[in-house]
Amino acid sequence: MKSAYDYVKTARSNDRQTGLDYITHIFKGFIELHGDRRFADDPSVVGGLAWLDDTPFTVIAIERGRDTKSRIKRNFGMAHPEGYRKALRLMRQAEKFNRPVVCFVDTCGAYPGVGAEERGQGQAIAENIMEMTALRVPILSILVGEGGSGGALALAVANEVWMLENATYSVIAPESCANILWRDPEKAPEAAESLRLTAQDNYELGVVERIISEKGGDAQRLFASLAADILSWYMKMKAYTPEELAEMRYRRFRQLGVPKAP
Amino acid sequence: MALEAFFKKPKNELEKGGRLPKIKPETAQYELCEKCPDCGSEIPLSALWENMHQCRCGHCFRMNARERIRLLADKDTFTELYGDMQSADILNFPGYKNKLESTRTSARELEAVICGEARIGGYPCALFVMDPYFMMGSMGTVVGEKITLLFEYAIDRRLPVLGCTVSGGARMQEGILSLMQMAKTSGAVKKHSDAGLLYIALLTDPTTGGVTASFAMQGDIILAEPGATIGFAGQRLVEQTTRKKLPAGFQKAETVLEHGFLDMIVPRPEQKRVITALLALHRPEGENHEVGV
Repeated sequence: MKSAYDYVKTARSNDRQTGLDYITHIFKGFIELHGDRRFADDPSVVGGLAWLDDTPFTVIAIERGRDTKSRIKRNFGMAHPEGYRKALRLMRQAEKFNRPVVCFVDTCGAYPGVGAEERGQGQAIAENIMEMTALRVPILSILVGEGGSGGALALAVANEVWMLENATYSVIAPESCANILWRDPEKAPEAAESLRLTAQDNYELGVVERIISEKGGDAQRLFASLAADILSWYMKMKAYTPEELAEMRYRRFRQLGVPKAP
Repeated sequence: MALEAFFKKPKNELEKGGRLPKIKPETAQYELCEKCPDCGSEIPLSALWENMHQCRCGHCFRMNARERIRLLADKDTFTELYGDMQSADILNFPGYKNKLESTRTSARELEAVICGEARIGGYPCALFVMDPYFMMGSMGTVVGEKITLLFEYAIDRRLPVLGCTVSGGARMQEGILSLMQMAKTSGAVKKHSDAGLLYIALLTDPTTGGVTASFAMQGDIILAEPGATIGFAGQRLVEQTTRKKLPAGFQKAETVLEHGFLDMIVPRPEQKRVITALLALHRPEGENHEVGV
């Protein structure tokens, strides 16, 4: 049987499709939009406009790169505050033009760097999370690889959250968890087991709505089925008013981790 | 203080703030002292207790939640809410059950945040105060739920919220559900904000991780204690990732203020006065509370 840590290794594997692949293969006519209008353009977060069927979407992805060169350019999918601010700018734009938002999440976490901290990594994530709870258009987030903590949540406060069968979603990297608890990063497999970070765990805990089959690694079939799923999700969301969409999203997170009465 | 006072050299010891009291050796041996990490002086615990856990040099020692409530709320006005909620080991996480039990005994609290309603300088407000002695204020499902309930309580009664944060971040022993508390609390803060109500955050040492990346940074007005560490990523992780020595003052409140993420740094003896003034500026129209600090 595949252990939790095997899932972590698969999610991080270099053979997997990355964020941009999902955008370009599922949507048509992608036009990338750059910059946070505050300080910089963060290549770890890619966003823009695209068509699905005959509906314009705002699409956002964390991109970690496919080869050494692009991985360095994309900072291995670890976003700076500018990446989160760009994403929020595009989501507000989506709200203005009444477009649905789809986010593809694949990050080991927000970048822990000096500049990132000085420019308010925590504040950027906090603002995204807070504003996303009340956005007046439908949001769908799909965890396609690693879902690392706050850096992933900053793009995953959505009406529905889906997970690919080999994706992970965790409050902390298992290595860091093992280091803190047992001062031994080698115990990461035990930590991974305890953290309940697989798609199945997240589904059982009510954190995600759906586990997406990866079609045995056939990427083209995966893209085709995701395109159909996203479209039917959007058709379902179209029935709600902007207020209902925001309220449903609030309720979705409101009921997570409500302690049972003693 | 008049502006020219900044440029004058102190003329005598009293202007500098006075000498630390000399403790006679025969009394000192019976009293435990705490060493100030900033100025190095040994401070007897009784002196710390009398001086809001603050050193003469201004260094703020950590303070448990009840003491902080005593410091900020008007006498006998604090009513606790949700005080009986406590965490359970929902994921069967190794060691968590024991950790919770031993922490409850040592911290003499059931959870890492205390919520309630109080008056500050005569103004009613909802109040949450995190406790550094309860698993370093880490946020699990109960902390998230209590803070969310408090914001909802404040919305229903149209109260401002004062939140004092201290936290190492999300509580990993509750896994992904701890992470979800960031979204849950943020949603409640947003609703409170959209209702036109005031939220003041007071960030104390340390405020990090998932708490910084949610309600700590969502205040209309964000205050901090002098010298508090405020950041998202842990300093060791930043050092390991960047392989560089951290710059002086990294993640210190003073630096965070300089970078534009705080409204002001408020020394402990000033906090109640400043918060009262802010509450007064936001009091609902037509209301005229008796103000007395």
